Amino acid sequence: MAANEKFDYLLRLGDSTLILSQRLAEWCGRAPALEEDIALANVALDLIGQARLWLACAAEVEGEGRTEDQLAFLRDAHDFRNLLLVEQPNGNYADTIVRQFFFDAWQYPLLQALTASSDQRIAGIAAKAVKEVAYHLRRSGDLVIRMGDGTAESHDKTQAAADKLWMYTGEMFERDGVDEAMAAQGVTGNAGALRETWLAHVREVFAGATLIVPAPDAWMQTGGRRGRHTENLGYILAEMQFLQRAYPGAQW
Amino acid sequence: MATDPVPAVARVWTWLAEVPDPEIPVLSIVDLGIVREVAWSDAEGRAECVVTITPTYSGCPATAVIAESIVVALHDHGVADVRLETRIAPAWTTDWLSDAAKRKLKQYGIAPPAQQVVAISAIGRGARSDPIVPCPRCGSTKTQCTSQFGSTPCKAMYRCLDCLEPFDYFKCH
Repeated sequence: MAANEKFDYLLRLGDSTLILSQRLAEWCGRAPALEEDIALANVALDLIGQARLWLACAAEVEGEGRTEDQLAFLRDAHDFRNLLLVEQPNGNYADTIVRQFFFDAWQYPLLQALTASSDQRIAGIAAKAVKEVAYHLRRSGDLVIRMGDGTAESHDKTQAAADKLWMYTGEMFERDGVDEAMAAQGVTGNAGALRETWLAHVREVFAGATLIVPAPDAWMQTGGRRGRHTENLGYILAEMQFLQRAYPGAQW
Repeated sequence: MATDPVPAVARVWTWLAEVPDPEIPVLSIVDLGIVREVAWSDAEGRAECVVTITPTYSGCPATAVIAESIVVALHDHGVADVRLETRIAPAWTTDWLSDAAKRKLKQYGIAPPAQQVVAISAIGRGARSDPIVPCPRCGSTKTQCTSQFGSTPCKAMYRCLDCLEPFDYFKCH
């Protein structure tokens, strides 16, 4: 039972990084400027690297002989445990950057807490990933400010993106049986003040961006961490998993 | 050519020091601090060379190429049995770059890391202290970051406001 909870917890970490990575990769060759294209690809690479580490760890904890690749390519949408936020469409550039900022500002303090995990392997992955995410967060925060405090059009689009994505942020701070079990075992380190840390960072950046922070007690959509997803995930998987579905076991 | 089946660990290190990084060939994988340990172990009666590596970034695409280059390089020196182990903790840091490596980077046109480990606690807007990165061509400190992300995960893009040349910066990590 304990192993299953840790497996679920690792899937949540791995799936969110995997799906966001896949989303960012959709921008490859299409971003509004070369520097942006390169930056998005870099962030996507970091996230896919982290996803591999988390999913490899999950596969080992599960102990059923599955591999990281099988977890990524041979599960259907209801078995994915990623946040709803990361499966939301890329939309316009403000949608992509606000989504990234909300995620980075959550992932950074989460990973910081996980570096103190009682599970040495999880602590090791977090210590590595947190250094990468520091750069992601600096960039996404800077861009939110640049776009929010930019032209009237960029301001309005960035505010609209924040308002639209806000309802997917509540899920990041939910605690269910899996989280409680992981906290009891010391696996999650000290993640207690995660929501306050996140909100403080969002408020600081939004103030610099002349954006209005939506109401923290607004209604929130949830379900991703329990396998209940928006319709977007199926389309992502259809593309991401196509090769393994069409040619099972293909390797190169 | 007669080769020693179990060459000394120190010799294996000198061979690994000749394996270039696939993205920044002016540096070897030893210069970069990717190779952490070399040891011989007994694998059912056969001597097996175990090379422990620490990847730079989680998703660095060069990692697979580096692993392959190590095996090929050791095979070329007569070491038939090579096993690679990946160690992610402690996490790779640019502090592991040798001074020689930093000189080589600069000569190659890439500005070396300008400070020790990045202060990741200082990511808030207020507490921001970006390092001064001198231009590797003209030495001017009037430079500007154009993007925190460059052509490989380990680099950022800068431009020099004096000689007007763009250049890569090997960012602190």
